[in-house]
Amino acid sequence: MNATPEAARISTSLRTVQPVWVRITHWLNALAAILMMLSGWRIYDASPVFKGFVIPPGITLGGWLGGALQWHFAAMWLLFFNGLFYLTMNIVTGRIKRKFFPLSPRAILHDLGEALKGHLSHADPSNYNAVQKFAYLFVMLDIAVLILSGLAIWKSVQFPLLRELMGGYDFARVVHFSAMSLLAAFIVVHLVMVSLVPRSLLTMIRGR
Amino acid sequence: MKPVKPNRVSVDRESLIIDVRRELDMPSRRLFGKRIVTLGGLAMLAGCSISDDKSVETFLSRVSRLNDTVQGWLFDPNRLAPTYTEAQITRPFPFNAFYGVDDAPVVDGSDFRLKVSGLVQNTKTWTLPELYALPKAEQITRHICVEGWSAIGRWGGTPFSEFLKRVGADTSAKYVGFKCADDYYESIDMPTALHSQTLLTFTFDGQQLPPKYGYPMKLRMPTKLGYKNPKHIMEIFVTNKFPGGYWVDQGYNWFGGS
Repeated sequence: MNATPEAARISTSLRTVQPVWVRITHWLNALAAILMMLSGWRIYDASPVFKGFVIPPGITLGGWLGGALQWHFAAMWLLFFNGLFYLTMNIVTGRIKRKFFPLSPRAILHDLGEALKGHLSHADPSNYNAVQKFAYLFVMLDIAVLILSGLAIWKSVQFPLLRELMGGYDFARVVHFSAMSLLAAFIVVHLVMVSLVPRSLLTMIRGR
Repeated sequence: MKPVKPNRVSVDRESLIIDVRRELDMPSRRLFGKRIVTLGGLAMLAGCSISDDKSVETFLSRVSRLNDTVQGWLFDPNRLAPTYTEAQITRPFPFNAFYGVDDAPVVDGSDFRLKVSGLVQNTKTWTLPELYALPKAEQITRHICVEGWSAIGRWGGTPFSEFLKRVGADTSAKYVGFKCADDYYESIDMPTALHSQTLLTFTFDGQQLPPKYGYPMKLRMPTKLGYKNPKHIMEIFVTNKFPGGYWVDQGYNWFGGS
Protein backbone atom coordinates (compact mmCIF):
# COMPACT_ATOMS: atom_id res chain seq x y z
CA MET A 1 0.00 0.00 0.00
CA ASN A 2 2.54 2.55 1.16
CA ALA A 3 5.35 0.50 -0.33
CA THR A 4 7.92 2.46 -2.28
CA PRO A 5 7.94 1.68 -6.00
CA GLU A 6 11.36 0.02 -5.97
CA ALA A 7 10.44 -2.18 -3.01
CA ALA A 8 7.30 -3.27 -4.83
CA ARG A 9 9.33 -3.97 -7.93
CA ILE A 10 11.84 -6.10 -6.07
CA SER A 11 9.19 -7.93 -4.10
CA THR A 12 7.23 -8.94 -7.19
CA SER A 13 10.42 -10.14 -8.81
CA LEU A 14 11.08 -12.43 -5.86
CA ARG A 15 10.48 -16.02 -6.81
CA THR A 16 8.58 -18.48 -4.69
CA VAL A 17 11.29 -20.27 -2.74
CA GLN A 18 9.14 -23.03 -1.25
CA PRO A 19 6.20 -24.21 -3.34
CA VAL A 20 2.96 -24.73 -1.47
CA TRP A 21 3.25 -28.54 -1.41
CA VAL A 22 6.66 -28.29 0.24
CA ARG A 23 5.30 -25.97 2.89
CA ILE A 24 2.27 -28.14 3.65
CA THR A 25 4.24 -31.38 3.78
CA HIS A 26 6.92 -29.73 5.90
CA TRP A 27 4.48 -28.68 8.62
CA LEU A 28 2.50 -31.92 8.53
CA ASN A 29 5.78 -33.81 8.80
CA ALA A 30 6.82 -31.63 11.73
CA LEU A 31 3.51 -32.38 13.47
CA ALA A 32 3.74 -36.12 12.80
CA ALA A 33 7.39 -36.29 13.87
CA ILE A 34 6.70 -34.47 17.14
CA LEU A 35 3.63 -36.59 17.97
CA MET A 36 5.56 -39.77 17.21
CA MET A 37 8.60 -38.69 19.17
CA LEU A 38 6.70 -37.61 22.30
CA SER A 39 4.50 -40.73 22.31
CA GLY A 40 7.53 -42.87 21.48
CA TRP A 41 9.27 -41.60 24.59
CA ARG A 42 6.39 -42.84 26.72
CA ILE A 43 6.50 -46.23 24.98
CA TYR A 44 10.26 -46.35 25.55
CA ASP A 45 9.75 -45.70 29.27
CA ALA A 46 7.56 -48.81 29.60
CA SER A 47 10.72 -50.89 29.14
CA PRO A 48 13.84 -48.77 28.60
CA VAL A 49 16.27 -50.15 26.02
CA PHE A 50 19.09 -48.57 27.99
CA LYS A 51 18.67 -49.58 31.63
CA GLY A 52 18.68 -46.55 33.86
CA PHE A 53 17.92 -44.08 31.10
CA VAL A 54 14.31 -42.95 31.41
CA ILE A 55 12.67 -40.01 29.67
CA PRO A 56 10.82 -37.72 32.12
CA PRO A 57 7.14 -38.73 31.78
CA GLY A 58 6.14 -35.07 32.00
CA ILE A 59 7.46 -34.36 28.51
CA THR A 60 5.86 -37.42 26.90
CA LEU A 61 2.52 -37.81 25.16
CA GLY A 62 -0.25 -40.33 25.83
CA GLY A 63 -0.54 -40.44 29.63
CA TRP A 64 0.19 -44.18 29.81
CA LEU A 65 1.58 -46.91 27.58
CA GLY A 66 -1.79 -47.69 25.94
CA GLY A 67 -2.50 -44.03 25.20
CA ALA A 68 1.01 -43.46 23.86
CA LEU A 69 0.69 -46.48 21.59
CA GLN A 70 -2.59 -45.10 20.22
CA TRP A 71 -0.94 -41.77 19.43
CA HIS A 72 2.10 -43.47 17.93
CA PHE A 73 0.09 -45.76 15.68
CA ALA A 74 -2.23 -42.95 14.57
CA ALA A 75 0.50 -40.40 13.81
CA MET A 76 2.40 -43.03 11.83
CA TRP A 77 -0.19 -42.79 9.05
CA LEU A 78 0.30 -39.04 8.80
CA LEU A 79 4.08 -39.47 8.76
CA PHE A 80 3.92 -42.26 6.20
CA PHE A 81 1.44 -40.82 3.68
CA ASN A 82 2.77 -37.28 4.01
CA GLY A 83 6.32 -38.55 3.53
CA LEU A 84 5.27 -40.66 0.56
CA PHE A 85 3.59 -37.65 -1.06
CA TYR A 86 6.63 -35.46 -0.34
CA LEU A 87 9.07 -37.92 -1.87
CA THR A 88 6.87 -38.54 -4.90
CA MET A 89 6.45 -34.81 -5.57
CA ASN A 90 10.18 -34.27 -5.04
CA ILE A 91 11.01 -36.84 -7.68
CA VAL A 92 8.20 -35.99 -10.14
CA THR A 93 8.93 -32.25 -10.12
CA GLY A 94 12.70 -32.81 -10.22
CA ARG A 95 13.07 -30.72 -7.06
CA ILE A 96 15.22 -33.31 -5.31
CA LYS A 97 17.79 -33.17 -8.08
CA ARG A 98 17.65 -29.40 -8.43
CA LYS A 99 17.79 -28.52 -4.75
CA PHE A 100 19.94 -31.21 -3.21
CA PHE A 101 22.47 -32.09 -5.89
CA PRO A 102 25.31 -31.95 -6.79
CA LEU A 103 26.66 -32.58 -3.31
CA SER A 104 30.17 -33.61 -2.31
CA PRO A 105 31.80 -34.27 1.07
CA ARG A 106 34.34 -31.57 0.21
CA ALA A 107 31.58 -29.00 -0.33
CA ILE A 108 29.90 -30.00 2.94
CA LEU A 109 33.16 -29.60 4.90
CA HIS A 110 33.91 -26.29 3.19
CA ASP A 111 30.48 -24.84 3.90
CA LEU A 112 30.51 -26.20 7.43
CA GLY A 113 33.80 -24.38 8.06
CA GLU A 114 32.38 -21.19 6.61
CA ALA A 115 29.20 -21.54 8.66
CA LEU A 116 31.14 -21.99 11.91
CA LYS A 117 33.14 -18.86 11.11
CA GLY A 118 29.91 -17.03 10.46
CA HIS A 119 30.81 -16.45 6.81
CA LEU A 120 28.04 -18.45 5.18
CA SER A 121 25.55 -16.27 3.36
CA HIS A 122 21.81 -16.88 3.39
CA ALA A 123 21.17 -14.08 0.92
CA ASP A 124 19.50 -16.36 -1.56
CA PRO A 125 17.13 -18.70 0.30
CA SER A 126 16.23 -20.50 -2.91
CA ASN A 127 19.66 -22.13 -2.96
CA TYR A 128 20.61 -24.48 -0.17
CA ASN A 129 24.26 -24.48 0.88
CA ALA A 130 26.04 -27.83 1.05
CA VAL A 131 25.48 -28.21 4.80
CA GLN A 132 21.76 -27.64 4.35
CA LYS A 133 21.62 -30.10 1.48
CA PHE A 134 23.39 -32.68 3.59
CA ALA A 135 21.24 -32.01 6.66
CA TYR A 136 17.93 -32.27 4.78
CA LEU A 137 18.96 -35.39 2.87
CA PHE A 138 20.20 -36.84 6.13
CA VAL A 139 16.90 -36.25 7.91
CA MET A 140 14.98 -37.84 5.02
CA LEU A 141 17.17 -40.92 5.30
CA ASP A 142 16.90 -40.91 9.08
CA ILE A 143 13.09 -40.84 8.94
CA ALA A 144 13.23 -43.73 6.45
CA VAL A 145 15.36 -45.70 8.92
CA LEU A 146 12.89 -44.79 11.69
CA ILE A 147 9.98 -46.11 9.63
CA LEU A 148 11.78 -49.31 8.64
CA SER A 149 13.06 -50.09 12.15
CA GLY A 150 9.61 -49.25 13.53
CA LEU A 151 8.05 -51.63 11.04
CA ALA A 152 10.54 -54.32 12.08
CA ILE A 153 9.52 -53.85 15.73
CA TRP A 154 5.79 -53.70 15.00
CA LYS A 155 5.72 -56.59 12.53
CA SER A 156 8.81 -58.63 13.32
CA VAL A 157 7.14 -61.87 12.19
CA GLN A 158 5.51 -60.54 9.02
CA PHE A 159 8.69 -58.83 7.70
CA PRO A 160 11.51 -61.33 8.30
CA LEU A 161 13.91 -59.66 5.87
CA LEU A 162 13.48 -56.29 7.56
CA ARG A 163 13.87 -57.93 10.97
CA GLU A 164 17.17 -59.56 9.99
CA LEU A 165 18.33 -56.32 8.34
CA MET A 166 17.79 -54.56 11.68
CA GLY A 167 19.79 -57.24 13.51
CA GLY A 168 16.76 -59.02 15.01
CA TYR A 169 13.78 -57.82 17.05
CA ASP A 170 15.72 -56.60 20.09
CA PHE A 171 18.34 -54.73 18.06
CA ALA A 172 15.66 -53.09 15.91
CA ARG A 173 14.66 -51.24 19.08
CA VAL A 174 18.24 -49.95 19.44
CA VAL A 175 18.20 -48.81 15.79
CA HIS A 176 14.80 -47.16 16.28
CA PHE A 177 16.00 -45.33 19.39
CA SER A 178 19.27 -44.21 17.77
CA ALA A 179 17.47 -42.90 14.68
CA MET A 180 15.06 -41.05 16.99
CA SER A 181 18.02 -39.47 18.82
CA LEU A 182 19.50 -38.32 15.52
CA LEU A 183 16.15 -36.84 14.52
CA ALA A 184 15.96 -35.03 17.86
CA ALA A 185 19.49 -33.67 17.29
CA PHE A 186 18.49 -32.54 13.79
CA ILE A 187 15.43 -30.72 15.17
CA VAL A 188 17.56 -28.88 17.74
CA VAL A 189 20.11 -27.75 15.13
CA HIS A 190 17.31 -26.92 12.68
CA LEU A 191 15.55 -24.70 15.22
CA VAL A 192 18.80 -22.94 16.17
CA MET A 193 19.52 -22.24 12.50
CA VAL A 194 15.98 -20.93 11.94
CA SER A 195 16.37 -18.59 14.90
CA LEU A 196 19.68 -17.35 13.43
CA VAL A 197 18.15 -16.88 9.97
CA PRO A 198 14.49 -16.05 10.67
CA ARG A 199 13.93 -15.35 6.98
CA SER A 200 14.00 -19.11 6.36
CA LEU A 201 10.96 -19.48 8.61
CA LEU A 202 9.08 -16.98 6.46
CA THR A 203 9.91 -18.88 3.28
CA MET A 204 8.48 -22.02 4.87
CA ILE A 205 5.28 -20.21 5.86
CA ARG A 206 4.47 -17.89 2.98
CA GLY A 207 6.73 -19.37 0.32
CA ARG A 208 8.97 -16.33 -0.25
CA MET B 1 37.00 -15.01 0.46
CA LYS B 2 37.37 -11.37 1.41
CA PRO B 3 36.48 -9.68 -1.89
CA VAL B 4 33.02 -11.24 -1.89
CA LYS B 5 32.15 -10.08 1.58
CA PRO B 6 30.92 -6.50 1.08
CA ASN B 7 28.63 -7.54 -1.73
CA ARG B 8 27.12 -10.31 0.38
CA VAL B 9 26.38 -7.97 3.24
CA SER B 10 24.60 -5.55 0.96
CA VAL B 11 22.37 -8.30 -0.44
CA ASP B 12 21.44 -9.42 3.06
CA ARG B 13 20.59 -5.89 4.07
CA GLU B 14 18.57 -5.32 0.92
CA SER B 15 16.39 -8.38 1.44
CA LEU B 16 15.98 -7.46 5.09
CA ILE B 17 14.77 -3.98 4.13
CA ILE B 18 12.25 -5.51 1.77
CA ASP B 19 10.96 -7.81 4.47
CA VAL B 20 10.72 -5.10 7.07
CA ARG B 21 8.93 -2.73 4.69
CA ARG B 22 6.41 -5.35 3.74
CA GLU B 23 5.71 -6.23 7.35
CA LEU B 24 5.33 -2.59 8.30
CA ASP B 25 2.87 -2.14 5.45
CA MET B 26 0.64 -4.87 6.67
CA PRO B 27 -0.41 -4.52 10.30
CA SER B 28 -3.04 -7.20 9.83
CA ARG B 29 -0.36 -9.67 8.86
CA ARG B 30 1.61 -8.83 11.98
CA LEU B 31 -1.49 -9.40 14.07
CA PHE B 32 -2.05 -12.73 12.30
CA GLY B 33 1.54 -13.69 13.05
CA LYS B 34 1.04 -12.87 16.68
CA ARG B 35 -2.10 -14.96 16.82
CA ILE B 36 -0.35 -17.92 15.22
CA VAL B 37 2.31 -17.71 17.90
CA THR B 38 -0.33 -17.54 20.61
CA LEU B 39 -2.21 -20.50 19.15
CA GLY B 40 1.01 -22.48 19.10
CA GLY B 41 1.67 -21.57 22.71
CA LEU B 42 -1.84 -22.61 23.71
CA ALA B 43 -1.47 -25.90 21.91
CA MET B 44 1.77 -26.53 23.78
CA LEU B 45 0.19 -25.68 27.13
CA ALA B 46 -2.77 -27.91 26.38
CA GLY B 47 -0.38 -30.70 25.43
CA CYS B 48 -0.84 -32.64 28.65
CA SER B 49 -4.62 -32.65 28.45
CA ILE B 50 -4.92 -33.44 24.72
CA SER B 51 -5.14 -37.16 25.48
CA ASP B 52 -7.97 -36.66 27.96
CA ASP B 53 -10.22 -34.95 25.47
CA LYS B 54 -13.20 -37.20 24.70
CA SER B 55 -13.23 -36.53 20.95
CA VAL B 56 -9.49 -37.16 20.67
CA GLU B 57 -9.93 -40.40 22.61
CA THR B 58 -12.72 -41.50 20.27
CA PHE B 59 -10.63 -40.61 17.23
CA LEU B 60 -7.61 -42.56 18.48
CA SER B 61 -9.75 -45.61 19.31
CA ARG B 62 -11.17 -45.53 15.79
CA VAL B 63 -7.71 -45.39 14.26
CA SER B 64 -6.74 -48.32 16.49
CA ARG B 65 -9.68 -50.35 15.12
CA LEU B 66 -8.65 -49.35 11.60
CA ASN B 67 -5.17 -50.63 12.43
CA ASP B 68 -6.77 -53.96 13.41
CA THR B 69 -8.09 -54.23 9.86
CA VAL B 70 -4.75 -53.28 8.30
CA GLN B 71 -2.96 -55.83 10.48
CA GLY B 72 -5.47 -58.44 9.37
CA TRP B 73 -4.38 -57.72 5.79
CA LEU B 74 -0.70 -57.82 6.68
CA PHE B 75 -1.07 -61.14 8.51
CA ASP B 76 0.20 -63.97 6.34
CA PRO B 77 -1.21 -67.29 7.67
CA ASN B 78 1.79 -69.15 6.25
CA ARG B 79 4.45 -66.87 7.69
CA LEU B 80 6.21 -68.52 10.62
CA ALA B 81 7.71 -66.77 13.62
CA PRO B 82 11.42 -67.56 14.07
CA THR B 83 12.27 -70.49 16.33
CA TYR B 84 15.28 -70.77 18.60
CA THR B 85 17.55 -73.33 20.21
CA GLU B 86 17.35 -74.62 23.76
CA ALA B 87 20.47 -72.62 24.64
CA GLN B 88 18.75 -69.37 23.64
CA ILE B 89 15.90 -69.76 26.13
CA THR B 90 15.67 -66.83 28.56
CA ARG B 91 16.26 -68.07 32.08
CA PRO B 92 14.57 -67.27 34.32
CA PHE B 93 11.65 -66.52 32.04
CA PRO B 94 9.95 -63.31 33.24
CA PHE B 95 6.57 -63.47 34.96
CA ASN B 96 4.09 -60.93 33.65
CA ALA B 97 0.47 -60.20 34.55
CA PHE B 98 -1.73 -57.39 35.84
CA TYR B 99 -1.00 -58.65 39.37
CA GLY B 100 2.07 -59.84 41.30
CA VAL B 101 3.48 -63.35 40.99
CA ASP B 102 2.16 -64.30 44.45
CA ASP B 103 -1.39 -63.53 43.32
CA ALA B 104 -1.31 -65.95 40.38
CA PRO B 105 -4.46 -68.11 40.61
CA VAL B 106 -4.10 -71.67 41.79
CA VAL B 107 -6.37 -73.92 39.74
CA ASP B 108 -7.18 -77.42 40.99
CA GLY B 109 -6.41 -79.73 38.08
CA SER B 110 -8.22 -82.80 39.46
CA ASP B 111 -11.75 -81.52 38.93
CA PHE B 112 -10.87 -79.05 36.18
CA ARG B 113 -13.22 -78.92 33.17
CA LEU B 114 -12.53 -76.71 30.17
CA LYS B 115 -15.77 -75.21 28.86
CA VAL B 116 -16.37 -74.75 25.15
CA SER B 117 -19.21 -72.56 23.86
CA GLY B 118 -20.48 -70.41 21.02
CA LEU B 119 -20.31 -71.42 17.37
CA VAL B 120 -19.12 -75.00 17.93
CA GLN B 121 -20.79 -78.35 17.24
CA ASN B 122 -19.67 -80.00 20.46
CA THR B 123 -19.94 -78.10 23.73
CA LYS B 124 -18.83 -80.99 25.92
CA THR B 125 -16.35 -80.04 28.64
CA TRP B 126 -12.74 -81.30 28.57
CA THR B 127 -10.72 -82.81 31.40
CA LEU B 128 -6.98 -82.26 31.50
CA PRO B 129 -6.10 -85.90 30.60
CA GLU B 130 -8.37 -85.59 27.55
CA LEU B 131 -6.54 -82.43 26.50
CA TYR B 132 -3.13 -84.00 27.15
CA ALA B 133 -4.09 -86.83 24.77
CA LEU B 134 -4.41 -84.43 21.82
CA PRO B 135 -1.68 -84.39 19.09
CA LYS B 136 1.57 -82.98 20.51
CA ALA B 137 3.50 -79.94 19.37
CA GLU B 138 6.31 -77.93 20.90
CA GLN B 139 8.02 -74.65 20.09
CA ILE B 140 10.86 -72.42 21.26
CA THR B 141 9.78 -68.93 20.28
CA ARG B 142 10.12 -65.30 21.24
CA HIS B 143 7.52 -63.77 23.53
CA ILE B 144 7.29 -60.05 22.71
CA CYS B 145 5.72 -57.81 25.31
CA VAL B 146 3.75 -54.70 24.36
CA GLU B 147 6.19 -52.82 26.61
CA GLY B 148 8.99 -53.67 24.21
CA TRP B 149 11.03 -56.33 26.02
CA SER B 150 11.17 -59.87 24.72
CA ALA B 151 12.08 -63.30 26.08
CA ILE B 152 12.53 -66.71 24.51
CA GLY B 153 10.63 -69.62 25.98
CA ARG B 154 9.71 -73.22 25.26
CA TRP B 155 6.07 -74.22 25.26
CA GLY B 156 4.46 -77.59 24.65
CA GLY B 157 0.87 -78.58 23.95
CA THR B 158 -1.37 -79.17 20.99
CA PRO B 159 -1.96 -77.15 17.80
CA PHE B 160 -4.97 -74.96 18.57
CA SER B 161 -6.36 -75.67 15.09
CA GLU B 162 -6.53 -79.38 16.07
CA PHE B 163 -8.55 -78.51 19.14
CA LEU B 164 -10.89 -76.26 17.13
CA LYS B 165 -11.38 -79.08 14.62
CA ARG B 166 -12.30 -81.52 17.38
CA VAL B 167 -14.91 -79.23 18.91
CA GLY B 168 -16.35 -78.60 15.44
CA ALA B 169 -15.68 -74.87 15.58
CA ASP B 170 -17.17 -72.73 12.81
CA THR B 171 -13.85 -71.56 11.37
CA SER B 172 -15.63 -69.01 9.21
CA ALA B 173 -16.53 -67.12 12.39
CA LYS B 174 -14.55 -63.98 13.19
CA TYR B 175 -13.37 -64.44 16.75
CA VAL B 176 -12.23 -66.94 19.33
CA GLY B 177 -12.64 -65.71 22.88
CA PHE B 178 -11.14 -66.83 26.20
CA LYS B 179 -12.24 -66.56 29.81
CA CYS B 180 -9.56 -67.09 32.43
CA ALA B 181 -9.34 -68.07 36.10
CA ASP B 182 -7.73 -64.73 36.98
CA ASP B 183 -10.68 -62.76 35.53
CA TYR B 184 -8.57 -62.02 32.48
CA TYR B 185 -10.36 -62.27 29.17
CA GLU B 186 -9.07 -62.01 25.62
CA SER B 187 -10.06 -62.67 22.03
CA ILE B 188 -8.26 -63.30 18.76
CA ASP B 189 -8.97 -63.34 15.03
CA MET B 190 -9.75 -66.70 13.39
CA PRO B 191 -6.74 -66.68 10.98
CA THR B 192 -4.38 -66.40 13.96
CA ALA B 193 -6.33 -69.09 15.84
CA LEU B 194 -5.72 -71.44 12.89
CA HIS B 195 -2.03 -70.50 12.45
CA SER B 196 0.23 -73.54 12.68
CA GLN B 197 2.30 -72.02 15.50
CA THR B 198 -0.72 -71.19 17.65
CA LEU B 199 -0.63 -73.79 20.41
CA LEU B 200 -2.84 -74.61 23.35
CA THR B 201 0.01 -75.28 25.77
CA PHE B 202 0.21 -77.37 28.95
CA THR B 203 3.97 -77.35 29.55
CA PHE B 204 6.74 -74.80 29.87
CA ASP B 205 10.36 -75.82 29.32
CA GLY B 206 9.38 -79.49 29.44
CA GLN B 207 7.59 -79.22 32.80
CA GLN B 208 3.90 -78.97 33.59
CA LEU B 209 2.90 -75.31 33.20
CA PRO B 210 3.46 -73.78 36.67
CA PRO B 211 0.76 -71.46 38.09
CA LYS B 212 2.85 -68.37 37.34
CA TYR B 213 2.99 -69.23 33.63
CA GLY B 214 -0.70 -70.06 33.34
CA TYR B 215 -1.66 -73.51 34.71
CA PRO B 216 -3.64 -75.39 33.56
CA MET B 217 -3.21 -73.97 30.05
CA LYS B 218 -2.04 -70.98 28.09
CA LEU B 219 -2.73 -70.13 24.48
CA ARG B 220 0.67 -69.46 22.98
CA MET B 221 0.88 -67.37 19.78
CA PRO B 222 4.36 -66.27 18.66
CA THR B 223 2.61 -64.05 16.08
CA LYS B 224 1.02 -61.94 18.80
CA LEU B 225 2.15 -59.69 21.65
CA GLY B 226 2.25 -61.11 25.18
CA TYR B 227 -1.06 -59.67 26.42
CA LYS B 228 -2.90 -61.48 23.60
CA ASN B 229 -1.74 -64.86 25.00
CA PRO B 230 -4.29 -65.80 27.70
CA LYS B 231 -3.24 -67.90 30.69
CA HIS B 232 -5.34 -69.99 33.12
CA ILE B 233 -7.95 -70.58 30.41
CA MET B 234 -11.29 -71.83 31.79
CA GLU B 235 -13.54 -71.34 28.77
CA ILE B 236 -13.08 -71.03 25.03
CA PHE B 237 -15.84 -69.67 22.78
CA VAL B 238 -16.26 -68.97 19.07
CA THR B 239 -18.27 -65.92 18.07
CA ASN B 240 -18.94 -63.24 15.49
CA LYS B 241 -19.60 -60.62 18.15
CA PHE B 242 -16.45 -58.66 19.05
CA PRO B 243 -15.49 -59.87 22.54
CA GLY B 244 -12.70 -57.34 23.32
CA GLY B 245 -10.14 -58.13 25.99
CA TYR B 246 -8.90 -57.10 29.44
CA TRP B 247 -6.25 -54.70 28.14
CA VAL B 248 -7.91 -54.07 24.80
CA ASP B 249 -10.94 -52.56 26.55
CA GLN B 250 -8.53 -50.13 28.26
CA GLY B 251 -6.88 -49.01 25.05
CA TYR B 252 -4.39 -51.61 23.86
CA ASN B 253 -4.71 -52.48 20.19
CA TRP B 254 -6.96 -55.52 19.69
CA PHE B 255 -5.07 -57.27 16.87
CA GLY B 256 -1.76 -56.88 18.74
CA GLY B 257 0.12 -58.95 16.18
CA SER B 258 3.83 -59.12 15.38
